[in-house]
Amino acid sequence: MPDTSAHLTVSLWRGGADGRYETYSVPRRESQTVLDVVTYVQRHIDSTLSYRFACRVGMCGSCAMTVNGHPRWTCRTHVAKVADHGRLQIGPLDNLAVIKDLATDMAPFFEKWQHAKGVFAPSQTRVDPMARIRPDSPARVAANAGIECINCGVCYAACDTVRWNSDYLGPAALNRAWTLVNDERDAANPARLTAIAASGGCHSCHSHQSCQEHCPLALNPTASIAGLKRRSAAAYLKGELKA
Amino acid sequence: MNVRLYVWQRATAALMVPFVLVHIAVIFYATRQQMTAADILSRTHGSAVWASFYGAFVAAVSIHASIGVRNILTEWSPLPDRAAGWCAMLLGIVLALLGFHAVVALVLT
Repeated sequence: MPDTSAHLTVSLWRGGADGRYETYSVPRRESQTVLDVVTYVQRHIDSTLSYRFACRVGMCGSCAMTVNGHPRWTCRTHVAKVADHGRLQIGPLDNLAVIKDLATDMAPFFEKWQHAKGVFAPSQTRVDPMARIRPDSPARVAANAGIECINCGVCYAACDTVRWNSDYLGPAALNRAWTLVNDERDAANPARLTAIAASGGCHSCHSHQSCQEHCPLALNPTASIAGLKRRSAAAYLKGELKA
Repeated sequence: MNVRLYVWQRATAALMVPFVLVHIAVIFYATRQQMTAADILSRTHGSAVWASFYGAFVAAVSIHASIGVRNILTEWSPLPDRAAGWCAMLLGIVLALLGFHAVVALVLT
């Protein structure tokens, strides 16, 4: 049943790791997003509120927060979809240290992207002819399935394995690695497979599929990780990979 | 878990699928035939086939369970990875000793 009350009761996390939720009353608007609510609080009630956003249209991946217990991108999440009887609880993303209020330290998230060798390593130079990749080749289809990730961190915050094992690279980094493993132009796959097959790599995934459940772009990092498991296990059995 | 442990755990799991099915079939057969312990031991005594079957089963269980317990310890206990590995190895050795002791009793008594 749609909530039509004039005001929302909004609990926002304030402070650092030892902070607490504080409650605000925010006017209800038509087509209001969760980011609109947070922005209203900062601009009209308490200008010291800290949070991140940039594009407001679901492209930059900077505005993810925990909304009523679930990690979400707030700019594309309508209040009507998530408000529980006119109440919203908005906190920082899980599995990342809180800097202040709704802003988390994303450094470990991006460092793991680096550990997973998530950077394209060209196998040719600019003077070589352009690589011809068939769009319907199995490798390209596999890469395309995960390529739209915007690194919002929602999957990382939703992941049980990240919560239990701080060394685990996480769904986003491994999904990125899988897209590069399937990029025929990339030259770093031996090092990449070694990185993702080590302790804390793809084999730590329990396939709970929380990443897939929460991904705002409906990507399936669990499938990407399963692909990495198959590829690295095959390489190990062929003796191409040391463990 | 790294790829080496992953491959060992999956391989032993695959090995245990037929082992478990055969083991359950043997249990059904023995109970349906109302066999006593003495009846069973008389058939398994000196059998290289049953010694190989249950010996391999025990080895697979010991490896599979110890890798799984290692994973649980690293994720759920404060033990560092190395200590979790030693604890899991100890469990695997205990399981193997108990299991092989039972196999020896099955084919040599």
